[in-house]
Amino acid sequence: MFKQKNYLALGAVTLVALLMFSLPPRVTGRLKLAVGSLFLPLIGLAGTAQQLPVATADAVLSRRELLQLTENLRRENDQLKVAALQADATARENNELRAALGWQRRMPWRLKLANVVLRDPANWWRTVEVDLGSRDGVVENLPVLTADGLVGRVVSVWPTHSQVVLIGDPNCKVSALVENPAHDTGIISASGPLDNSLVELTYLSGNAILKSGQGVVTSGLGGVFPKGIPVGQVVDARPVEFGLYSEARVRLSANLGALEQVWVLVP
Amino acid sequence: MNVLNTILIFAAAFLAVFGEAALPGLRHLLGAQVDLLPAIMVYAALNANLTVVAALAVFGGLAFDALSANPLGVTILPLFVVGFVIFSQREFILRKVSFAQMVLGTVASAVVPVLTVLLLLTGGKEPMLGWGSLWQWLVMTAGGAVATPVIFALFDWGHRAFGYQPRTETSFRPDREILRGRN
Repeated sequence: MFKQKNYLALGAVTLVALLMFSLPPRVTGRLKLAVGSLFLPLIGLAGTAQQLPVATADAVLSRRELLQLTENLRRENDQLKVAALQADATARENNELRAALGWQRRMPWRLKLANVVLRDPANWWRTVEVDLGSRDGVVENLPVLTADGLVGRVVSVWPTHSQVVLIGDPNCKVSALVENPAHDTGIISASGPLDNSLVELTYLSGNAILKSGQGVVTSGLGGVFPKGIPVGQVVDARPVEFGLYSEARVRLSANLGALEQVWVLVP
Repeated sequence: MNVLNTILIFAAAFLAVFGEAALPGLRHLLGAQVDLLPAIMVYAALNANLTVVAALAVFGGLAFDALSANPLGVTILPLFVVGFVIFSQREFILRKVSFAQMVLGTVASAVVPVLTVLLLLTGGKEPMLGWGSLWQWLVMTAGGAVATPVIFALFDWGHRAFGYQPRTETSFRPDREILRGRN
């Protein structure tokens, strides 16, 4: 009787696991949402706990420091206003030239700030969850970045939060080009599981001339990431497959280990 | 075991999964996150019935996969296999001894990630693997080894804090009472 009960339990759990594997992705996504929503109260609590030290620090800042901070921000704001005016002028000129050539007009992107609330508990994936969801206009495959550079793309969306797959994860491949005279193009692919600041830039031309420190930006190919988002800098390069093509290690501009807030590019 | 034990086990699993996703301290320090579910499974397999072990595997596995990029349900079987084996051999295990708890925690924490990755590879997924994964596996194993006796101690504390204390027998025996004075 005891053994029979054991086998029944084994059979039941195996059945549940097999059932989960065989479910269509849409149903699995809904189940993930249902189970994940159990954690929503804790996510809210964690967010409040994270903001508490910042709020406390703000409350005890001296008036002199606050005035200094305001002055710095005002100066930075003025510089950014000038830069934005220049960018507007460039965008207008770009649109006029595109119109003259009959090219499609490039639509401007909007940025939405999101807080990183959770990280993948499994060591073999590199994903984070952010507190923007479908009700904020987020859809799958939107690029995610910080002020330093590209972070990844949205891979799953729920009403109140989304999952972002980071660069270096095997599920986040990015077409990128090196800022050298030849503009060599390659694919940013999975890196090692330990160092999340380095990724591999593969399928570069065999005769690509790559130097340490050259910038790497998104190429715009593939349609997911707009052209020109900074990815990182070349660390070193080596020929692969008897010189058929080259690979380079790229140090990412964005610090993926310390992500707290990210920007989602919403079209 | 009583209902309190079951509630504590599920609450611990829930908080452990959330803690692993919300607290990246160990990941920054050691390059890997320690998984506490195998350690909780060791406790459940030694102190609860098989239904609780099976339910913990399903609940813990689903919760872990819901916060991860894992396909939903992939962690259920590895957790249950570990729990089932320990449960079927628990009559031969000195469950109160910390060293035994540590050894079981080591084995469980080593086996669960390996089985999960094998299942992922079998399902055609491409998890991030390399030589660094060996270090991560060692960290997970060592972390599980350290965490298991701690989890046992925490559960004992939980029982003392929330459970009824056993009634102590009085040493007074009416048949041994010395009656003074004359009747």
